[in-house]
Amino acid sequence: MKHTLSVLVENNPGALSRIAGLFSGRGFNIESLCVAPTLDPSLSHLTLVTTGDDFIIEQIIKQLNRLIDVYKVVDVSEGEFVEREMALIKVKAEDETRAEVLRMCDIFRCKVVDVSPKTYTIEVTGPESKLKAVIELLRPIGIKEIARTGTIAMVREKKTL
Amino acid sequence: MARLTGKEMVVEALKREGVEVIFGFPGGAIIDVYDTLHKDGTIKHVLVRHEQGATHAADGYARATGKVGVCLVTSGPGATNTVTGIATAYMDSVPMVVFTGQVPTGLIGNDAFQEVDIVGITRPCTKHNYLVKDVKDLPRILKEAFYIARSGRPGPVLVDLPKDVQNQEAEFEYPEKIKLRSYNPVIKPHAKQIERAYRMIEQSKRPILYVGGGVVISGAHKELKELAELINAPVAMTLMGLGGFPGTHPQSLGMLGMHGTYAANMTMANTDLIIAVGARFDDRVTGKIDAFAPMAKVIHIDIDPTSIQKNVKVDIPIVGDCKIALRKLVDVAKKEGRPKDVWKERLAPWWEQIRAWQERHPLAYKYDENVIKPQFVIEKLYELTKGKAIITTEVGQNQMWTAQFYKFDEPRTLLTSGGLGTMGYGFPAAIGAQIAFPDKLVIDVAGDGSIQMNIQEMATAMEQKLPVKIVILNNQFLGMVRQWQELFYERRYAATEFHVVPDFVKLAEAYGAKGFRATKPSEVEDTLKKGLETEGLVIMEFAIAREEGVFPMVPAGKATTEMLLV
Ligand SMILES: Cc1cc2nc3c(=O)[nH]c(=O)nc-3n(C[C@H](O)[C@H](O)[C@H](O)COP(=O)(O)OP(=O)(O)OC[C@H]3O[C@@H](n4cnc5c(N)ncnc54)[C@H](O)[C@@H]3O)c2cc1C
Ligand SMILES: Cc1ncc(C[n+]2csc(CCOP(=O)(O)OP(=O)(O)O)c2C)c(N)n1
Ligand SMILES: [Mg+2]
Repeated sequence: MKHTLSVLVENNPGALSRIAGLFSGRGFNIESLCVAPTLDPSLSHLTLVTTGDDFIIEQIIKQLNRLIDVYKVVDVSEGEFVEREMALIKVKAEDETRAEVLRMCDIFRCKVVDVSPKTYTIEVTGPESKLKAVIELLRPIGIKEIARTGTIAMVREKKTL
Repeated sequence: MARLTGKEMVVEALKREGVEVIFGFPGGAIIDVYDTLHKDGTIKHVLVRHEQGATHAADGYARATGKVGVCLVTSGPGATNTVTGIATAYMDSVPMVVFTGQVPTGLIGNDAFQEVDIVGITRPCTKHNYLVKDVKDLPRILKEAFYIARSGRPGPVLVDLPKDVQNQEAEFEYPEKIKLRSYNPVIKPHAKQIERAYRMIEQSKRPILYVGGGVVISGAHKELKELAELINAPVAMTLMGLGGFPGTHPQSLGMLGMHGTYAANMTMANTDLIIAVGARFDDRVTGKIDAFAPMAKVIHIDIDPTSIQKNVKVDIPIVGDCKIALRKLVDVAKKEGRPKDVWKERLAPWWEQIRAWQERHPLAYKYDENVIKPQFVIEKLYELTKGKAIITTEVGQNQMWTAQFYKFDEPRTLLTSGGLGTMGYGFPAAIGAQIAFPDKLVIDVAGDGSIQMNIQEMATAMEQKLPVKIVILNNQFLGMVRQWQELFYERRYAATEFHVVPDFVKLAEAYGAKGFRATKPSEVEDTLKKGLETEGLVIMEFAIAREEGVFPMVPAGKATTEMLLV
C-alpha cells in the first residue's frame, strides 16, 4: 500500500541525511521525497511517499519519530487529503504535432511555459495519477526531458499539522 | 556569565555532568582539550592503547555503573577507530558520549590532513551526533549530548569538535534543565494498558516472563522479582537480561534462545501469554519467526516504541520505563488481591510440565578426566567467586558457556556484547568496570581469538594498576565459527584454526603481569585459585577440549523447539 507521510523536522544540517539513511539502512522504500521550508524557519517540511504493509508503515513512522531531529510525523493518507505534484515536460513539437500538444494541454489544463521552434515545455500540476496520464499521452509524440517535484500533500479540513 | 573557550567548556561540562573518568587517546586535533584537562587536573583520564579499547572501556564503565561513559579521541584515524565501540554500545543501548577532534571548520570538506566525516560515518550507529560549527552552540550541545545519551532508551552520542571551535570564546551558561520539542521519550506507561495487561495475566494458565536488557538498564530487578513471585510465573532471560532476575531463583529458567536452556525454549514455545519486559524479540531468541510461540498472546513493555511490534504481533503494547510499569502492575495485582495460593494452584499444571522439561534436559556436558572441559572451568569459577564477581566476556563459545554455567543473581554483573557480538569487547570492558569498582573482582572470560583483538590494553591495565583477571578458554580455534562448520559445513574448517597462538603466560609476563596455565582437569581449580588470589593483572589460560560445542543449539532459521542437545 502507498502511504504519504508528512514530516516536520528540525532545520539542522544532517537532518535530511538521517532520514534518507534511515530508509536505505532499514530497507524501506522511498517513492518520492520533497523538502521545503515552513513558516517557522527552525522547521522543515518533508513529504515522503512510501510503500509497505501496515506492519512496515508502523515501523517507518516509529523509526522516523525515534530520530532526535524529527518533530512530528503524520500519515496523511490515513484520512482525507489532497496531494499535488508538478512536472515540467519538454515535448517535441514540430509542424504536425504542435497543434496536438496544445490540444492536450488544453484538455489537462497544462500551461506552456517555454516555446522553441521544435519543442514546447509544459507545466502540469495535479495528483500523481494525472501526471502519469499526461506523460503517457505525450510519450508517443516524443518527450525530450522531464523534471518532477515529487508529491506534496495536506490533510483536508480543520486538521492541521 | 563567564566567557570560556570551547575546550574549557568541554571540561566544565564534564564536571557539571559529574564525569569522574574519561577514556581516550590524544592527537593533533584534540590536543587543546587535552591541554585544558591536564591544567584542570580534576578529571581522571585513562590512556588506552587503541581507541577501540577506549570505547569498550567507557562502555564497560557505563554498563557496570549505569552512568554515562565518556571517550576523547583525535580526528581521522582516532575517530574511525571508535566506530566498532560506538556500534557495540548502540546495539546494546549503552549510554556513552564520544568526543572527537576535527580539522578546523575552514578546512572541512577539503580532504585535510586526518579529516574524516565522522558524523556521517556514525550517523546510523549513534543515538544522535553533532558537528559543532559555532562555539556559541557548544554549551547547549554538551548538555543535550549527555541528556540524550542517558534518557529514554540510552545510547551513544558523538560530538565532533573542530580545532578552531575548541579555541574560540563565547559566553558559557550551562543549561540547568533541558527540553527538546522533538525528543520526549515516554516514561510513564498508560494506566489503562496496565489494567488490560493485568486482566490478561489473570486469565493466563501458561504465562512466561521474557526478560531483557531493559530490566537491567532501568534497574527494575526488584519490581520484576516481586511481580514474578506474586503471579508465580516462570522467568526466561535474554543474554542481555541475565542478572535482571536471580539465576539461582527457583522460578528462573535461565537464558532462552539459540543457546538457551531446553526448558526456557519449550516454555516459550508452549506459553499462552508472553510478558515481555525490556526485550526486543531478537532473532537469536525467536528463531524461525513463524514458529515462535504460536499459541501466545503478547504483552510488551518497552521504552522504545520501535521495539514493539517490530518482529512479532503484540496484543498489549505498554510504552514506558519498565521499572514504573512493573511497579504499577504489582500495585494493580495487589489491589485486586487474588491470594498467592490461587496463583500457585492455577499454574500448578504448568509448573509440573516445566519441571519435567528441566529434568529431561538440564544444561549438561560430558566431564572428561583427561582434557579440560570449558563448562567445568566456568562452573569452578562460579563456585570460587560465589557468583559475586563482575564478569565480562569476549564473543563466541566462551561467551555462551559463561551465560549458561555462571549464575548471575545481580544486574550489571554480566557485561557482554550481545547485539553486535564484538570480539575484543570483554577485556577493555573489564578495565572500565574495574575503574568504576576498584575493590570488586572483575573477570574477563575470553577466547583465544577474541583476546588477541584488544590484547594491547594489557599495558593500560598495568599502567592503571588494575587487578583484572583474564580467563582464556584456549581451543586454538575461532570456536563458535568452527562449531557451525562442524555442524553445517561438513567439518570444513575454513580459516578457523589458529596454527600460532602466543604463549599467554609469557605474554602476561611481557607486560609485567602474572600468567598461569592449566592443561589438565586436575589443575583447573588450583590454577583458578592461584590466579584469583594473585594481586594485580593476571591471565589464566586453560587448554580446553578443542572441538567442544555449545549446546543446546537452535540452528539459525530453525524453530526454537528444534534444539540440538548434548
Ligand atoms: C554468539 C552470540 C550468541 C547469542 N545467543 C543468544 C541466545 O542464545 N539467547 C539470547 O537471548 N541472546 C543471544 N545473543 C544476544 C542477542 O544477539 C541479542 O543481543 C539479545 O538477545 C538481545 O537482548 P534483549 O532482547 O534483552 O535486548 P537488548 O538489546 O538488551 O535491548 C533492550 C530493550 O529494552 C528496552 N529498554 C531499554 N531501557 C528500557 C527501560 N528503562 N524500560 C523499558 N524498556 C527499556 C530497549 O528499548 C530494548 O528494546 C547472542 C549473541 C551472540 C554474540
Ligand atoms: C570482530 C569480530 N569478527 C568476527 C566475528 C565472528 N565470530 C564470532 S565468534 C568467533 C570466534 C571467536 O573465537 P574465540 O575468541 O577463540 O572464542 P571461542 O568461540 O573459541 O570461544 C568469530 C570469529 C565477531 N563476532 N567479531
Ligand atoms: Mg577459541
